[in-house]
Amino acid sequence: MDSALIPKGVKRCPLWQFILLICVVGAVLLWGVYAMLLCWFKGLNQTNMNDAYGFALWIWADLAVIAVGGGAFFTGLLRYIFGKDELKNIINYAVLIGFICYSSALLILAIDIGQPLRGWFIFWHANVHSMLTEVAFCLSCYFGVLTIEYIPLILENRQIDRVPFFHHLGHNMHEMMAVFAATGAFLSFFHQGSLGGVAGVLFGRPFAFREGILIWPWTFFLFTWSAAACGPCFTILITKITETVTRKKLVKDSAIELLAKISGWMLLTYSIAKTADTWYWATVTAPSMGQTLMDFYSNNPLYGIWILILEIVICGFVPAAILITKKGRKNSLALWIAITLATIGVCINRWVMVLQVMAVPVLTFESWFMYFPSWQEIATTILPVAYGVILIAISYRYLPVFPNEPELNPIETLPAEEEEAVEPSVELEQELKPAEA
Amino acid sequence: MKHKKAKKYGMVIDLDKCTGCGSCMVACMAENNVPFRKDESDKLLSITWMRIYKLTNGKPFPNTDICYLPRPCMHCEGQHEGHSPCVTVCPAIATDYSSETGIVSQIYTRCFGCRYCMASCPYHARYFNWWDPVWPDGMEKYLSPNVSPRMRGVVEKCSFCFHRYQMAKEKAFMEGRRKVEEDEYQTACTQACPAGAITFGDLNNPNHTVYRMVKPDPKHHGRPTNPNAFRLLERLGTNPKVYYLSSREWIRRAGDNYLKSESIAKKPAHHE
Repeated sequence: MDSALIPKGVKRCPLWQFILLICVVGAVLLWGVYAMLLCWFKGLNQTNMNDAYGFALWIWADLAVIAVGGGAFFTGLLRYIFGKDELKNIINYAVLIGFICYSSALLILAIDIGQPLRGWFIFWHANVHSMLTEVAFCLSCYFGVLTIEYIPLILENRQIDRVPFFHHLGHNMHEMMAVFAATGAFLSFFHQGSLGGVAGVLFGRPFAFREGILIWPWTFFLFTWSAAACGPCFTILITKITETVTRKKLVKDSAIELLAKISGWMLLTYSIAKTADTWYWATVTAPSMGQTLMDFYSNNPLYGIWILILEIVICGFVPAAILITKKGRKNSLALWIAITLATIGVCINRWVMVLQVMAVPVLTFESWFMYFPSWQEIATTILPVAYGVILIAISYRYLPVFPNEPELNPIETLPAEEEEAVEPSVELEQELKPAEA
Repeated sequence: MKHKKAKKYGMVIDLDKCTGCGSCMVACMAENNVPFRKDESDKLLSITWMRIYKLTNGKPFPNTDICYLPRPCMHCEGQHEGHSPCVTVCPAIATDYSSETGIVSQIYTRCFGCRYCMASCPYHARYFNWWDPVWPDGMEKYLSPNVSPRMRGVVEKCSFCFHRYQMAKEKAFMEGRRKVEEDEYQTACTQACPAGAITFGDLNNPNHTVYRMVKPDPKHHGRPTNPNAFRLLERLGTNPKVYYLSSREWIRRAGDNYLKSESIAKKPAHHE
């Protein structure tokens, strides 16, 4: 029924299956939308946040999706600026995942603020000294860049591409994509960094505070670094999940392995830098504020030293060791483990830099603050996941997201079927023809 | 014209005098139209510009000792004027540091409720309006006309009763004076304390009682030179303008974090 919209040379599931998937995921999305409306109309009393937890699940989700969405800027940087041509096979998907992540981050931020209608104040009354201002500006600009990067892919839809204007627009946008990739990398460096700075500048919170260079705490650089390292791992992870769900090979191994290798080295160097940062913080910064490392990891029901080991060793050095070795990258199971651990690792890092910062007592006569999100917070955090699944499903079905797909999955159909599957009926063709006259 | 030295309003709370009666909290709430709910059992959702903590030395009877510690906003100056933990992070300049008075303000109509300032404040002196204020029937007639009530979704905090400063200035102006006398501007909590534990004034003015009580050292960001005086979390470099007095060492030590090997006298400041 929708075969005229499906890219040439690829096969998609029957429409009813696709609609069923959209309906199931759409139900989850609606659940999230309901929770979102509750938060907007009734206020943030719908959450389990409190005066000790001004930042909670949503800020973590924001930081996490932006970190894992870092695959878009880093893959774009490698593809368009450093000329890693092999990555052209995965760049579309990296952009799509980045677009989903960043739009989700903006949506979550819109729910998270107490006065959503005043959200524009951050631009209008901007405080240039605030890391959050930098985040807002760079994040919004970069979302614009991602939209520009995503548009040519939409224009490649079979029917849209038939319109000469859109065809040429898409072509010309492709031609100048290097400019946007460079802009995206520049903006990403700053907003990924300033998200790290959000925690790092909190000199009233010894658990978060870090020294640094000039106005930038070390977390500024570590956040950018970790996003560049783990973002591509998330891109590979989602690609692998998509391949599993569609039961198709969608991206050539060479592209995956190249991206995995670069990620591996980035992750290794990041883990070393993170270890050095942690060491300095534990032995110099925190003691200068009267606190020891174990003050931050004891006397509470959740945050033990295990979380530090999990983040840096198990989700840092271990996946890095797998990804930098050819054997590790070529072994499917090892690759799955590595990219999953790296993704979990960066999410734990963001959790720690948001939630644990709030949990640690600073006044000597206070104790640890623990928190569990309300269902409204959970639903609104799952909402972007559902939205992401739907956007991926629609994009995968109707757009040539994976340029290698026809080559990797040649269709062997009977001539009669081929006519039906690939070539739309003349009647339909005429209906969808653009108004050229 | 000779440059006039800016004021630096601050507070000194004598913990040896405080009985924990809560008059300061009540006075503060009434003065500043602080909203409350029927159920105030969850203190992490309560708005208490002035909050009293109960401290204990943790020793068994008969050596048990307790102390009540009132905690308003510290109106931190930071390592240089206006570098308060909360002021620097606010993305919309909804909180500001007055170089004229040293008071950290909160602009409710500018705040859009991101709560970054709350995350940055180590004293938990900032509160979010999780609900719209609902006053018991008739109580709205008793609200102070000098302080605007806050709406849902914005952050609020102690203002050192800044409206009283404005009124004192207006009064002085009408009387043809430029100077606001010490007793003309006093916070509600100061006046309400039955034990006289709270003193308020200009820390830059040697004639004011607060100055004489703590003798702030300008070379060290106002660190008190009175051996019985201390500030909360001195080592973080927040440079608060609320000082505490106590003759008991365990209370002074409870004001900051120390490594086991450190003595309280050492007081190394991280940011120096």
